[in-house]
Amino acid sequence: MNLVQNIKGVWKYRVLIQNMVSREVKARYRGTILGFFWSFFNPLLLMTVYTIVFGFILKPKDLSIGDTPWLYALYLFCGLLPWTWFSSSLLESANVLMINGSLIKKILFPAEILPVVTVTSNLVHFLFGLPILLLFIPLFGKPFTPWMLFLPVVILVQYVFSLGFSLLLASLTVHFRDIRDILANLLTFWFFATPIIYSLSLPAIQKSHVLRIALNLNPMTHIIGGYQSCLFYGELIHWKKLGATFLVGLLFFIVGYYVFDRLRDSFPEEV
Amino acid sequence: MNAIEIDNVSRVYQKYSSRHRFQTFKSALLKGDFIRSLKPDELVTALDGVSFNVEKGRTLGIIGENGSGKSTILKIVAGIAKPSSGRISTVGKVSALIELGAGFHPEITGRENVFINGIMLGLTKKEITQKFEEIVSFAELEDFIDAPVKTYSSGMYMRLGFSVAINVNPDILLIDEVLAVGDASFIPKCLDRIDDFRRRKKTILFVSHDLGTVEKICDKVVLLKNGKIAAIGEPKRIVNVYLQDIARKQEKAFEKKKAEKAPGPELGDERREDRWGKREIEIREVVLRNLLGQEKHVFSPEEGLAIEMDVVSPAAIKDFVFGIGIFNSKGVSCYGTNTQIEEFQPLLVQGEGKVVCRIEKLNLINGTYYLDVAVHKNDGYPYDYHRSLYSFLVSSTLKDVGIARLPHSWSFSPAIKIKK
Repeated sequence: MNLVQNIKGVWKYRVLIQNMVSREVKARYRGTILGFFWSFFNPLLLMTVYTIVFGFILKPKDLSIGDTPWLYALYLFCGLLPWTWFSSSLLESANVLMINGSLIKKILFPAEILPVVTVTSNLVHFLFGLPILLLFIPLFGKPFTPWMLFLPVVILVQYVFSLGFSLLLASLTVHFRDIRDILANLLTFWFFATPIIYSLSLPAIQKSHVLRIALNLNPMTHIIGGYQSCLFYGELIHWKKLGATFLVGLLFFIVGYYVFDRLRDSFPEEV
Repeated sequence: MNAIEIDNVSRVYQKYSSRHRFQTFKSALLKGDFIRSLKPDELVTALDGVSFNVEKGRTLGIIGENGSGKSTILKIVAGIAKPSSGRISTVGKVSALIELGAGFHPEITGRENVFINGIMLGLTKKEITQKFEEIVSFAELEDFIDAPVKTYSSGMYMRLGFSVAINVNPDILLIDEVLAVGDASFIPKCLDRIDDFRRRKKTILFVSHDLGTVEKICDKVVLLKNGKIAAIGEPKRIVNVYLQDIARKQEKAFEKKKAEKAPGPELGDERREDRWGKREIEIREVVLRNLLGQEKHVFSPEEGLAIEMDVVSPAAIKDFVFGIGIFNSKGVSCYGTNTQIEEFQPLLVQGEGKVVCRIEKLNLINGTYYLDVAVHKNDGYPYDYHRSLYSFLVSSTLKDVGIARLPHSWSFSPAIKIKK
């Protein structure tokens, strides 16, 4: 099958991917004083803003999260960190073929490496942010639990889903440049349609059938939910939901890769 | 054995002439022809049924005007572009010097870029580590290799790119016009490297506008014209075919320009900046011919030039001098003479006549030249003076400099080893 051969082709370039990821990671904060510490500080600052606004000013009463603003901050962080990985992967992927147009035109290599590098380097940033999160868990009064060991499973599901989406976006944006602008707005909407700053057990959601179904149809709900389960609630991840999400992610990956492959020959002319 | 076989390869590019109409999602959806609009309305044929083979160890040059399909061939051989129809096969590792340093990331150091670029071009990490010193010293960047690439000058950038690409050690090397950007000391080094490749029996495909180099390093040359092979064969012959082609084209351009300008008596007697005199004797027409009598505007330095002036003098005039002057594009006088300088005695001119100044061999260097012709009195009073109204081109593959090519030859004592 074509897909399998393509993946094999990409695997041959793993050293290149590895080097390009490390280049991306190094290049991103080169020239800044704090350097790669920005990987920690960015989500930290974001969390601070949300905590002040939601924890101290709006003060939502959600007993499943806890009654202190600190617990709420921790809950936020569990969702924000993976969301940042997801959204910046998508935003960068939408541009990645155009930015690297000179490569695609001049050098023979599988172009899907570029979205792979984008998603992977954002994964690395996410992993840099994880220790901060792990540090805050005991600090804000939550215990470490063995369920945390399921974290890699959640990361894998998100990786497959993000990559599928990125491949689709990267290839389509070559032909439809407005996807970039649509995407930025879509991601804002998507952010609020995912239980990151609120939880699914909010009374308003529990009461409304439509809202519950809609949120459950959002794959990111279950992925972010997975992080919240292992890190915040300290419980077993929701196997069935996450499993279904994985299948959806896999479907996205296959569709995304298929579209990418079909459009591949047009890249050198169109980027 | 053939290292490259190209069999009836065509490449059609899709031109979306209505692309601005469907470039946005909105319009694609509104018009409801999402799928149809992805199809091109117009096709541009970049290559049209091109076939040739390159034997292993040979160097093939590809020449032709811009847009004749040279780079498309290289891209197809490199595998970056796919042929629309036809078949292509290559034996061995292919490396393309199409754009040097493509993929360098400006923010990271030269060292890191060498590794990434090298891997991209097909080297392993180990191979790069082994060759690293050589790559850096060839590029003459020992002092800068740990600086971010964005601080490099464009020459440094190019040198590093060339150095990495050439160290990939391919079986087939594709070179596209990359030598055009190097500085005077780096180009010979690159050419040395290319020679080295040839000695080691590697196959090279060389695209260039530098006809002198093509003639020197290629075993065979292909001339492309509008995506088709116009000629293929021995370098000197093909380069000449191409030069004649260019000359014909330039002739046409000249004639067109002349037709637009159309200086002549019909313009009337008003004093023009580039023509003056009361025209007691008038130069009606000036024609440039080669010595075979063909009207021409583009000459090779070996050719001769005959300047033909049709003159008419209504009255009988006994005091007259005919003269010519040749100026290069900088306005430097290359040569000037007249009948007075050459001690002709004017006796009488009346009615129509023809004056021909025959230059046996031009001996000028490459460039555009402007011609003054004049008829005046012995004391300088002008009857009819044409200032730079006519021009011609000298075109040659040699790149000698100065104003004129002085006839010369070289000889060396036996102790000096030199060859051409």
